[in-house]
Amino acid sequence: MTERILLAHGGGGQLTHELIQRVFVPRFANAALARLDDAAVLELCPPIAPGTRAGRLAFTTDSYVVSPLFFPGGDIGKLAVCGTVNDLSMVGARPLYLSAGFIIEEGLPLADLERAADSMAAAAAEAGVSIVTGDTKVVGRGSADGLFINTAGVGWAPAGVDVSGANARPGDALIVSGALGEHGMAIMSLREGLPIAAPLRSDCAPLNGLVEALLEAAPAGAVHSLRDLTRGGLAAALVELAEQSGVGIELDESRLLVRPEVASICELLGLDPLHVANEGKLVALVAPEAAEAALAAMRAQRYGSEARLAGRVVAAHPGRVVLRTPLGTSRLVDRLVGEQLPRIC
Amino acid sequence: MCLAVPALIKRIEGSLAEVELGGATLTISLALTPEAQVGQYAIIHTGYAIGLLDEAEALETLQLFADMEAAASEADAAEAAGP
Amino acid sequence: MRYLDEFRDPAQARALAERIHALSTRPLRIMEFCGGHTHAIMRHGLSQLLPPTVELLSGPGCPVCVTANRDLDYAIALAQQPGVIVATFGDLVRVPGSRSSLQRAQAEGGDVRVVYSTLDALALARAHPDRRVVFMGIGFETTAPTVAASILQAEAEGLSNYAVYSAHKTTPAAMRAILRAGEVGLSGILGPGHVSTIIGSAAWEFLPREHGIPCVIAGFEPLDILRAVAWLVELGETGRAEVGNAYGRSVTGEGNRVAQAMMARVFTLDDADWRGLGRVPVSGLRLRPEYARFDAAALYPLDPGPAAEHPGCRCGEVLRGTLLPPGCALFGRGCVPAHPIGPCMVSAEGACAAYYAYGERP
Repeated sequence: MTERILLAHGGGGQLTHELIQRVFVPRFANAALARLDDAAVLELCPPIAPGTRAGRLAFTTDSYVVSPLFFPGGDIGKLAVCGTVNDLSMVGARPLYLSAGFIIEEGLPLADLERAADSMAAAAAEAGVSIVTGDTKVVGRGSADGLFINTAGVGWAPAGVDVSGANARPGDALIVSGALGEHGMAIMSLREGLPIAAPLRSDCAPLNGLVEALLEAAPAGAVHSLRDLTRGGLAAALVELAEQSGVGIELDESRLLVRPEVASICELLGLDPLHVANEGKLVALVAPEAAEAALAAMRAQRYGSEARLAGRVVAAHPGRVVLRTPLGTSRLVDRLVGEQLPRIC
Repeated sequence: MCLAVPALIKRIEGSLAEVELGGATLTISLALTPEAQVGQYAIIHTGYAIGLLDEAEALETLQLFADMEAAASEADAAEAAGP
Repeated sequence: MRYLDEFRDPAQARALAERIHALSTRPLRIMEFCGGHTHAIMRHGLSQLLPPTVELLSGPGCPVCVTANRDLDYAIALAQQPGVIVATFGDLVRVPGSRSSLQRAQAEGGDVRVVYSTLDALALARAHPDRRVVFMGIGFETTAPTVAASILQAEAEGLSNYAVYSAHKTTPAAMRAILRAGEVGLSGILGPGHVSTIIGSAAWEFLPREHGIPCVIAGFEPLDILRAVAWLVELGETGRAEVGNAYGRSVTGEGNRVAQAMMARVFTLDDADWRGLGRVPVSGLRLRPEYARFDAAALYPLDPGPAAEHPGCRCGEVLRGTLLPPGCALFGRGCVPAHPIGPCMVSAEGACAAYYAYGERP
C-alpha cells in the first residue's frame, strides 16, 4: 500500500515533525537547518576592515508549479532550486542559502515527495548552496496539482559588482548561452497529448558557475546585464532589457541555435522558439571590448559550451527588439500574448 | 490556411504511422492517405497526413531555384565586369 | 528539416526578388487568401523584398477570423452545460465572442480543453465515457476531412459520447463572395497551398474563367511564396489569366480524392455566416442527417443569445481586403494582442495580429 500524504501531515503536529525529520532534514543536512529554529541565522560575509562596504545581500523568491511533476531532464524539485539560484546569479550575486516552502496535495505518493526532495538536494549540491529553512503545508485532494514548491534565496554581491537590466548601453554585445526552447518543448511534448513519441529533454541547470566564470573573465563592470530565459523565452527577456535600459536591441536570427527536434515541433505546432521557455539558458549584454573574453570564458563552462554572439544593443528604436532574418529583412520581436497554444493555421 | 509540415514515414501500423520530423518522432493517422508507404514524406496537418509529398516535384523545384540563382549571379558578375 | 529548410535559402530568395523587381512595371494587387501566407510573409519580412508596385493584401483565410460570433457564443454556452467537455484548437480559445470567450468560460468553471488533433478529442471521449466531448469544428477544406475521419472513427468504435459542432467553411465560395462584392479590384490571387492539397488546383479554374483573374497556388516557405508572386507578376504584366501550381510537391490537379470523399460522406454544403462577409450561400459544411447523433447542434439546440459585434471593429473589411489593419482606428490602440477586440487580432494567422506582431504599429 503506497504511503501517501495525509491532511494531518500539514497539521504542524507529530506527523509534520516526522515528515520533516524523515524527508527533508537528512537530505538537506546542514547545521543551520538541523537547529530547526524559525529562522536560519547566516554567516553572510567574512570580517573585513572597518568602514569598507563588504558587498550587498541579494534576496529573491519564486514559486514552481509544473505539470507533469517529473519530466526528462528535470523535475519540480530541480526546477525549484535552479530557478532561484539562477535569479540570484543574474544580479551578479553568489547564491548561498535557500528556503523551501512545500504545498502538498492530500494523496500525493510520499515517494514522489522524496524524489523531488532528492533532486533539490542534488541541485543544491551542484550549485554549492544550502537549503536552510522551510515550511510544509498539506491541502485537500483536488485543491493543488500534486505539489507546489516556493524557494527563496539569499546571495552575496561583492562590492563593485553592479549587474542590472538597466545597465545595457548601445554597442554592447549580446551573448546567448546556448540552444533555445528545450524546456518549454519538453513540457509541451508530454502534456498536450501530442503525438510525440520520444519526449524532449529539459535544459534545467544551475547557472551560477557560468556567471561566476563570466564575471571573473570580463574586466570589472564590463558585464552590464544578465537575464535567465525562463517563461516567455528569449523574446520576453530581451524586451524587458530593452525597456529597462531604454535601448534598442538587434538580434541575428542566423546566429541563434535551435536544436532540430525543438525546431521541428515548433514548426508542427506553429510556435516561435524565441517565445518558448528555457530553464538553463541566459542572455548577457557585455561591453564590446570584453565580448571575446566573455564568450571564451562561457564556452569553457559546461552550461555555456554553445554560447554565441547573437546580436547587439543599439541606440535606435529604444524599448524594441528587432530580428534580422537570414533573408536580410527584419521584423519586430515582442512578448508572447496569452498562453502558448498549438496553432492549426 | 492551414499549418502542415512534411515528415518521413518510418513505420505503418494499421491506419497509424510513426513519422520523423527533424529528429522528433510523431504518431499520426493515415486515414486520409491509405496509399502511404514507408519511406515517403507525409504532409502532416493536425495529426493526419493530408497528402504525400511528390519528391520528384520537390527536387525539380529546388533545381529551378538553383538555376535562377546561378543565372542571377552570372548577371551580377557580367554587370560588375562592366562594358 | 527535410523539404522545409531547403526552401529558405537566402541567396535564392534574393535571386527571386531580383526577378520580381525586373518583371514588375505596373501596380499589381495580390490577395494572399490564406492566413498561413500572411503569417509567413510577416515572419520572413518578405514584403521588404518586393518592389512598391506589388501590393500584398491578406484575405479571409484564417479559420478563426471568419468564425461568426454566433458560432463562438454557441461554443461558450456549450462549455457551461453540465457533463460537457468542449475540445478546441488553441486558435479559438482567446477569440472574443459577443460577450465572453472560451478562455473566460473555462475560468468560470466550463470544461474547455485545447487539443492539437481530433485524435486527441477522440481520446478524451474514450477517457470520459460519462461526459460528452464536443469538438469545435473550425477550419477549411484542409481540416474538415480530419474531422470527418474522426466522426467515422467514432461511428466504427461505437463511441457515443463524441460529437462535433461544425463551423467548417469552404474557400472557393468565399472567394466568389469577395469578388462579387467587387470592392477590391484584385489583379491576382495567391492560392492556399494546403487547402488545394485537398481540393486540387482545378477547383480554382473559375477565377480566370469567370473573373479573368490569375491564381497561383503557393507553399508556405519564403522561396515558395516569392516564386508564386513572380509568377503572378509575369501573368499580370502579360495580361494572361490562368491557374498556376507553384506548390507541385504537394498539390495536384484533382487533389486528395479519399479526403474529398470522406468529407462528402459526413458533411453537406449549406449557407454559412462568415465574420466580415455575412451570409455566404453554399459556403459552409453541416453534418448530414444520418450523422445527427454526432451533431452537437442537434444534440444541444442552445440559444446563446443575440450575436453582437464591437461597434468599432472593422475586421470584416480587413477580411474582405478592402482595409489594411493600420487603417482601422482600433488597430494598436483599443485593439492589441493582449486585449483583442476583433478575431483578426486574436489569431496568430489574423492579418492584424501579423501586422502588429511584426512591426506595423501606429
